[in-house]
Amino acid sequence: MSRLGLRLVALGYLALVLLAPLAMVFWRTFEHGLAPVWSSLSDPATVHAFKITLLLAAIAVPLNTIFGTVAGLAIVRGRFPGKGLLNAFIDLPLALSPVVVGLALYLLYGRSGWFGGWLTAHGYQVLFAWPAMALATVFVSVPFVAREVIPTLRELGEEQEQAARTLGASAWQTFRRITLPSIRWAVVYGVVLTTARCLGEYGAVAIVSGRIVGRSETVTLRVDASYQTFDPTGAYAVALVLAAIAVAVLVAMTLTKPKEQTA
Amino acid sequence: MSIEFRHVSKHFGDFTAVDEVSLSVESGSLTALLGPSGSGKSTLLRIVAGLETPDSGEVLLAGADATDLAPQKRNVGFVFQHYAAFKHMTIRDNIAFALTIRKRPKTEIHDRVDELIRLVQLQGFADRYPAQLSGGQRQRMALARALAARPQVLLLDEPFGALDARVRAELRDWLRRLHEEVHVTTVFVTHDQEEAMEVADRVAVLNDGRLEQAGSPVELYDTPASEFVMRFVGDAHRLGDRLVRPHHVALRREPEDGCIEVEIERITILGADVRVDLVDGDGDRLAARLRRDDLDELGLERGEILYAQPERARVFD
Amino acid sequence: MPAASVTAGRLRASAGARRGTTRAALLPLGFVSSFLTVVVVLPIAALAWESKRQGADSFWRVVSGPEAVAALKLTLGAALVVSVLNAVLGTVTAWVLVRDAFRGQSLVNAVIDLPFALPTIVAGLTLIALYGPRSPVGIDIAFTRTAIVLALCFVTLPFVVRTVQPVMQELDAEMEEAARSLGASPLAVFRRIVFPNLLPGILSGVALALARAIGEIGAVVLISGNLPYRTEVSSVFVMNRIESGDAAGAAAVAVVLLCVSFALLLAIGGLRFLVTRHERV
Repeated sequence: MSRLGLRLVALGYLALVLLAPLAMVFWRTFEHGLAPVWSSLSDPATVHAFKITLLLAAIAVPLNTIFGTVAGLAIVRGRFPGKGLLNAFIDLPLALSPVVVGLALYLLYGRSGWFGGWLTAHGYQVLFAWPAMALATVFVSVPFVAREVIPTLRELGEEQEQAARTLGASAWQTFRRITLPSIRWAVVYGVVLTTARCLGEYGAVAIVSGRIVGRSETVTLRVDASYQTFDPTGAYAVALVLAAIAVAVLVAMTLTKPKEQTA
Repeated sequence: MSIEFRHVSKHFGDFTAVDEVSLSVESGSLTALLGPSGSGKSTLLRIVAGLETPDSGEVLLAGADATDLAPQKRNVGFVFQHYAAFKHMTIRDNIAFALTIRKRPKTEIHDRVDELIRLVQLQGFADRYPAQLSGGQRQRMALARALAARPQVLLLDEPFGALDARVRAELRDWLRRLHEEVHVTTVFVTHDQEEAMEVADRVAVLNDGRLEQAGSPVELYDTPASEFVMRFVGDAHRLGDRLVRPHHVALRREPEDGCIEVEIERITILGADVRVDLVDGDGDRLAARLRRDDLDELGLERGEILYAQPERARVFD
Repeated sequence: MPAASVTAGRLRASAGARRGTTRAALLPLGFVSSFLTVVVVLPIAALAWESKRQGADSFWRVVSGPEAVAALKLTLGAALVVSVLNAVLGTVTAWVLVRDAFRGQSLVNAVIDLPFALPTIVAGLTLIALYGPRSPVGIDIAFTRTAIVLALCFVTLPFVVRTVQPVMQELDAEMEEAARSLGASPLAVFRRIVFPNLLPGILSGVALALARAIGEIGAVVLISGNLPYRTEVSSVFVMNRIESGDAAGAAAVAVVLLCVSFALLLAIGGLRFLVTRHERV
């Protein structure tokens, strides 16, 4: 196949599957003008959904950043049995359907679940409230920072850290002054991916949240609910905000992507 | 198959890789393209193979214009500096490739591959993968692979450059003997003048894309056409306004016509030869090479003032 | 002797460093394991337990029910179709990004990651806007299986492209030149030289795409219409079961999905192992 032919096939495919749909959001949203969009976005249910989503991201992103960095260090630099198992569990969320994640959490924290009984008896509302949603969001976004830190650390090698130790630095000083700065951009890239995943989560939170309007809805659930209740403008309005954020995320990704992964 | 370049030029953007080169390569000969990096020798070789097309000029193979002929149709064998082994195929499959592509019968392929494996002395390695072979072995495989379809021209691009010194010396020798056995027109590219002089029948010296001189190794050494060639194929020093080879510098105790006053800086005994480092009145340095006997006869010492006379020198414009 | 004592001193120091590292590693290791246990391991264990608790009969009853079977067939069928599409089109896209050169190429390269940046429900919404009942281009494939394939293509698009790209970049151009000089046509060069070296990368990407396609819900839930026996995928089936209070039934099908995914990933991993034989010296 000629060079031009291949180029047309690839670009055509991308346009059909990626770009055309994206363009639709921007078009459909303003079909009836600006006012309906604004009223949808300032609707209390929508505002609350944004708040909940931000809360979940504010919990999951820092937690997984710390986890990912520490786990990455442990796997690459540490000496202990079961590294393979640890790696497998970190990668597991990538292979699991979000629905399965939601189900697992439901089984654990539901009224007849392992912890559910004890928690409700002591007045802790986990399921159908933000704690379960947070657990779901954390679960699905576990791998990203770790998966960026690990190859970067591997490539870096231990020599700089060893040099620091021979010059008298303690473990903490070495970590803070040598290791952390050298994995900085890998961590940032991982954070961008983690944030995008948190904002975009649907299946798992759909199950554990109960979708209570104004109480336990995320923005993705709001889009779904709006559409199902024949409020397309509402759905598109929120979708537009999410699409705009997605474009910003894409830009951030392109800027911080580690060298080996760029074409 | 003879090769002829007629006013071949090739540019890469602003950079002129090959500049109006005209050269003939006799059928069955072993020719070296010699020059420093960037001199255009590799580009010229790739033009023969059809891996590059000249911007102007013609390339003739066996007298016929092959300038625009695709590499697949030229029947040339090409050996790369870094082997270009098909790493996902066994040695056997690598060597058989040209024949497999031409859909030759299996028995014919099998016999030919066995013959070649014996020729390059890789018996026992046939079913291994390139990753399991050393650099020298991989290069021998690459040679066998290039020879499989009986090409009429064999081209080698710095074939021993990626190997260590000892292996290089062995393979140089080996290439010479291979050529004597197989008699295919062979052209190889090198920046190592010793390699070119030792292996080739004929050497073409290139510099900055231009052909400086082509001839036998002896011709290039004794009658270089330019200062560049003289300096590239051996040592040469300035003596006054001429260029002279170290062992053509005669040292006398008494001044004669054409002599230059020099002071001995250092005398180094290199086994059977002696190198005498000299400095002339202007502070320029040169060296003379003598035999041990000559040294003893003259009884030279450091710091002595002598008179150097070029026995055979060249002047270039 | 000075040399020996210096060496002995260095040995002692490095041994101390090694011991220190292992002791210092206990705290972070403890944190990592606890975090993972609470977040990942326990929920999965609860799932496994639940499906076992049901007993074999109940498990089989749910799993072999016509609706569950239909959903599973659809899910697997769609996932396989999408993986094949990705294997081909993803490789072509990687080729165009690595071997071609045109204005806007880096923009195109960035756009490939869109499915990672965009929430799946938004993707689903835009697909139904473009290819649904009010389509501006007159294409209406809402509530069809084609729509499911399209939605899955969106979410799995980056996988093969991103696993093949680095492999293609590292590909030794001289191998292809060698093949040409030995008489191979451009098609033969691709078939015998380029493709075998790309295959491991393609397989990795296909594995990722398969796993994702089998579990996808957000992109599919709007445009497919979720019609049982027609356009209901397993993930939607499981969600419906939970929302009807039948956690046991949901768990049964979820476990089947997991086993299927696991089996497929093993198969692909095995294939990849075979195909990279030549790298293991």
